[in-house]
Amino acid sequence: MNKRKNSLVIALWVGIFVFLSAALTFSYAKKAEAKEPYKVGAIFSVTGRASFLGEPEKKTAEMIAERINAAGGINDHPLELIVYDDEGDATKCNVAMKKLINQDKVAVVIGPSTSGTSLAIVSVAERAKIPMISCAASKNIVMPVEKRHWVFKVAGSDIHVSQRIFAHMKSKGITKVAIMTGTTGFGASGREELLAFASQFGISIVADERYGPKDSDLTAQLTKIRGTGAQAIVNWSIGPTQVLAVKNWRALGMNNLPLYQSHGFGSHKNIELCGKDAEGVLCPLARVNIGRLLPDSHVQKEVVMKYTDAYEKKYKEPISSFGGHAWDSINVAVKALETVGPDRAKIRDFIEQLTGFVGQHGVFNFSATDHNGLSKDDLEMVVVKNGDWALAD
Amino acid sequence: MEGISFSSQLIQYAITGVTVGSIYALVAIGFNIIYNVTEIINFAQGEFVMLGGLFMVFFATVMQIPLLLAFFLTLTVVIAIGVMMERFAIFPAKNASVLTMIIITIACSILLKGAAMYGWGKDPFMLAPFSDRKAFVFVGAAVFPQSLWILGTTLIVVFLLTFFYKRTRFGRAMIASSDNPDAAQLMGIDVKTMVMVSFGLSAAVGAVAGIVITPISLMEYDRGALLGLKGFGAAVLGGLGHFYGAVLAGFMVGLMESFCAGLISSGYKDAAALVVLLLVLFLRPSGLFGSKEVMKMKEF
Repeated sequence: MNKRKNSLVIALWVGIFVFLSAALTFSYAKKAEAKEPYKVGAIFSVTGRASFLGEPEKKTAEMIAERINAAGGINDHPLELIVYDDEGDATKCNVAMKKLINQDKVAVVIGPSTSGTSLAIVSVAERAKIPMISCAASKNIVMPVEKRHWVFKVAGSDIHVSQRIFAHMKSKGITKVAIMTGTTGFGASGREELLAFASQFGISIVADERYGPKDSDLTAQLTKIRGTGAQAIVNWSIGPTQVLAVKNWRALGMNNLPLYQSHGFGSHKNIELCGKDAEGVLCPLARVNIGRLLPDSHVQKEVVMKYTDAYEKKYKEPISSFGGHAWDSINVAVKALETVGPDRAKIRDFIEQLTGFVGQHGVFNFSATDHNGLSKDDLEMVVVKNGDWALAD
Repeated sequence: MEGISFSSQLIQYAITGVTVGSIYALVAIGFNIIYNVTEIINFAQGEFVMLGGLFMVFFATVMQIPLLLAFFLTLTVVIAIGVMMERFAIFPAKNASVLTMIIITIACSILLKGAAMYGWGKDPFMLAPFSDRKAFVFVGAAVFPQSLWILGTTLIVVFLLTFFYKRTRFGRAMIASSDNPDAAQLMGIDVKTMVMVSFGLSAAVGAVAGIVITPISLMEYDRGALLGLKGFGAAVLGGLGHFYGAVLAGFMVGLMESFCAGLISSGYKDAAALVVLLLVLFLRPSGLFGSKEVMKMKEF
């Protein structure tokens, strides 16, 4: 009886000991497995006016974060992506930025989606000393660079687009050009760059037409251009007006005046809406849009095709250049985290010295004087041919 | 290189102006139909135009229904929406002031716009032109065949409305209830029905405008507000409640915009229309064709 009781006590003790040690080793093992996550904040305009930017951006960023975590994270640290929707609103963007900095304590912020919201929070990033990689176009986001110590952007600038257009015109011997721009922020800033760079390429602007974003007819503007002896037209707008420009240009029989569109035209949807009228329309596009057209030898080919295939398989919709911005910004951030860890200052310094980074929108060469890292050569002049994009000569 | 003579340019501006002006005129007529019976300015008028265009795209392009049938289907749906708006939003608030009613219509316009955004998304939609898509040349200016459709439709709508108001018992009853609702009621006219009909009718006119303009300018969910604004401008310029005034003022606004864009600068196009509107209202508060006496009797 006594002996039996003793053996029971011993068995109990052994049992407790085994249980405890097992629990301890298990919890140790778990700790070793899951290191502190690296936090990346993201602000995109997922809903609201600019949702056509924010939605593919969010999807892309989430897809990449998923993939990285499935592959074991960044140096064994899981990547924690915190996405806020600013609804295209500067105030909401500001709140989201402060939340990311103070509450979530992220190491780096990617986004926001639009120039307006980006400009609204550059000073917040500066004051809080947190690296931010904007996905928007305006050059003022990273210029003047002395006041944008912490801010980078991955979207090409209007500067590059207008230079690319003019360079192509120059190669075709075009010297007199008419420009048409929408009165939105996008159109206005395009107009500014077009006017600023024309003379550098020996081009004179013979007509400078503007129109509202909801205008339903552009024949008056095009007719005026017809009377000026212009050799080519640049239309710079987003939304339905750029489709209207194509339709009216065709209807007025102005085929022998080449029509250049801005990079805003770079969606297949626009070709569909224009139908046959779009044949021959030119526009400069980032290579992310035209992965399939790139020669296999091109340095971006593999990167672009990988993203294109993965995105189109996962979301059953074509990629857009906007998703490409998110790809570039999150991968720059991940590369920084991989090399220097989650230290905000070190991340900033790393990005500033990052060169030769092959992304969706070009090969990025950041420097102390250039927080964008792209040039006009990262754009490809594309022409609409048989209802699809083709490389222009 | 191709040039274009100055006179051809002027003709081109006129054609563009008349095309866009027709749409403004149709929207202005829509405003007047409801205003005449209820003194309400229906700020959802532009939304009827948008819905007309988008439903037409749905029936004609997505469902592949023949054009004429799609046209009447679209009309039916948009009229139903107009009538429902009156039944569920305007009618229950029948004792409210005119101003409250107008605010209700603004709420309706936001609701319709939001619903359209959910239904169709934010992309613009295209509708094939009714006849030949190629423009033909008229005295050196290019004319879309669709422009003729728009102009023709506007004239037919004006003619039908005139006939309806002048020659039919129902139309006269509507005029009576707008002139003096109480007396009309005493004469056995059901004023409540008249109000409902006015909403249906103006929805129909708006839908027609949306249907005919979509092949030229595409249509998307948030186009209504601006068309509504321009149409309202035309309605006020012509004198609220005046059909012929609305038509003429609609053409005037369209032509003004087009000539300003062509001859001065397209940047000032919208401003030109507004400046003229303001000038007219300073000099003739009742609009170009409205009478002062009638204006004084109106609430708004």
